[in-house]
Amino acid sequence: MNQALSFPKGIISKIRGQCIVIQGNDIDTDRIIPARFLKCVSFESLGENVFADDRTELKGSHSFDLEENKGASILIVNQNFGCGSSREHAPQALMRWGIRAVIGQSFGEIFHGNCLAIGIPCATAAAEVISELQKIVIMNQNKAWTLDLNKLLISNDIKDWKVNIKAGPLEMLKTGHWDATRRLMHNDKELTRTMESLPYLKGFNDGVKMKSNRI
Amino acid sequence: MSSGTLYDKIWDLHRVADLPGGATQLFIGLHLIHEVTSPQAFAGLQDKGLKVRCPNLTLATVDHIVPTTDQTRPFVDPLAEEMLSTLEKNCAMHGIKLHGLGSGKQGIVHVIAPELGLTQPGMTVACGDSHTSTHGAFGAIAFGIGTSQVRDVLASQSLSISKLKVRRICITGQLREGVFAKDLILHIIRKLGVKGGVGYAYEFAGPAVDNLSMEERMTICNMAIEGGARCGYFNPDEVTFQYLKGRLHSPNSEEWPRAIKWWGSLSSDRSSLFDDEVQFDAAKISPTVTWGITPGQSISIDENLPEPESLEPSESLIAKDAYKYMNLKPGKKISGLPIDVCFIGSCTNGRLSDLQDAAKVAAGRKVAKGIKAFVVPGSEQVAKSAEAQGLDNIFRQAGFEWRAPGCSMCLAMNPDRLEGQQISASSSNRNFKGRQGSAKGRTLLMSPAMVAAAAITGEVTDVRDLLPNNY
Ligand code: SF4
Repeated sequence: MNQALSFPKGIISKIRGQCIVIQGNDIDTDRIIPARFLKCVSFESLGENVFADDRTELKGSHSFDLEENKGASILIVNQNFGCGSSREHAPQALMRWGIRAVIGQSFGEIFHGNCLAIGIPCATAAAEVISELQKIVIMNQNKAWTLDLNKLLISNDIKDWKVNIKAGPLEMLKTGHWDATRRLMHNDKELTRTMESLPYLKGFNDGVKMKSNRI
Repeated sequence: MSSGTLYDKIWDLHRVADLPGGATQLFIGLHLIHEVTSPQAFAGLQDKGLKVRCPNLTLATVDHIVPTTDQTRPFVDPLAEEMLSTLEKNCAMHGIKLHGLGSGKQGIVHVIAPELGLTQPGMTVACGDSHTSTHGAFGAIAFGIGTSQVRDVLASQSLSISKLKVRRICITGQLREGVFAKDLILHIIRKLGVKGGVGYAYEFAGPAVDNLSMEERMTICNMAIEGGARCGYFNPDEVTFQYLKGRLHSPNSEEWPRAIKWWGSLSSDRSSLFDDEVQFDAAKISPTVTWGITPGQSISIDENLPEPESLEPSESLIAKDAYKYMNLKPGKKISGLPIDVCFIGSCTNGRLSDLQDAAKVAAGRKVAKGIKAFVVPGSEQVAKSAEAQGLDNIFRQAGFEWRAPGCSMCLAMNPDRLEGQQISASSSNRNFKGRQGSAKGRTLLMSPAMVAAAAITGEVTDVRDLLPNNY
């Protein structure tokens, strides 16, 4: 696991690091993090259990277990990655293993949204691009990659490939507004105004200030 | 687009801001939390170094994982113990009130908030649990949210959310004897489909609702989500006010007249516009039982199981799947089907009136041989009131087990579960594959009185045959 890397914060414009590959279409969130790991009190231990069942089956030869992939941060996948249940545990598990960006042909919609909410860009690329990238990464020809959100390119020191991120999410990542919690907290003045106008919070009396202790 | 409905009025009152991308920031007046969906949300707060915005509008309880037999701490299941102690720690750290075991106020989250008078007309209520729709019975907008949204509400007392359309479900006629609110909502879901309500809030209205008690209204709203509607509601009326009067968190006597005046003004206007309207005649409904793996797969007790080919094409595939899983055959009657386990409880039907209805059937009779039957009150208060009326003794004498409050076998996150292919008669709300704790376990949803009838005869039975004035 890549513990040196801190979790995403603020403006996200460049992700540098090593790539790692998961091949196959329709890899659902149950495979990313099996249901039994949902009976837990924090996301913390999810990193070690990412792809748990797939990894057990492959007995050490799963790409998330290979020595040369230690510390990788950019995940290259195929079609419809992250389909299935809405569990936020899936992107959390990937992030806690060390993943900071995912590049694929397409993504499950809720997974995509959940990734954005924790600051993990999901970039799409053409099928040819994905297969070329996967080949190069698997052959381990190059370790230094950069995903540039401004130029929308994934590059090593030899070549660039075009990727795409939808305008809305791209804007949110580049301006650092991908964090829904912060965005909601930002409107606290308006929130206070709304709260103060609610009859049930002030004894149903127009002239009265808010009751401070409802529960 | 709807206008002038209770949903529109409450929405407008709680709107904080319009967010980029078209969503609305909605203020949440009551946030309920429990041990299963809150720990990661609190961890999310910690990760970001944030505080709880309004601890005094937040209430916690423990329900999903609690054992219903031996509740001594630490629990036998270390994971369950860890979940409860994490909730205790989080509540203590953030100044949130927790109604824990033995407090006299613990219970299923959707049972305790109404009985404490916390859920009131005109509020927005959110909880990390899909059956939050229950609270709409009071004329509130109440809906379930995911874990990241729990974190958002903790941090900002608000949510990013989009407005739903409103469908008015007009109910005429009166429920006949032996037919309950559960039968009504099962029937509605069967007719409108489990996805029929997606994108809608359901307003339950019409001449029949005046005679529905608050507990019946809660049963109906509870299962709105099973019909795909994220929230369901009734307009507040005299029945609502009478229920709320004098409860712990209800407005005090000085506030009361102003409260009911405001509550009364929230009802959908006569001139309201709805996005859709449908009608049901309650008098035509019979006791209803699910036979499949979705709450929409139900039939009347006197009907034959449907041929998959006779259903809509979209339904026939899942019907075939259901027959295979349930090991049932089309064309047969559901009554007479032998049962293994009988469960009375859950946030759908674990309230006092539900236990009274079931006790009427159980009184003076015996649970059939080989049947495991148990009653799990929805809360400590429900248990106390039921015991004061001697219901626990009626059940025990009939051979039911009388348990401590919790979610129990509704979703089997605690030790109460089906084994192997066992089939249960259950007063809960979901009959999904494996829902009751065994990957092959089978669930038949029905009213609590029908569950009691099944326990007595050992098979699916028309409860009307066991009622005193058998007609
Ligand atoms: S009783 Fe069942 S549906 Fe209700 S909150 Fe508990 S687990 Fe959820």
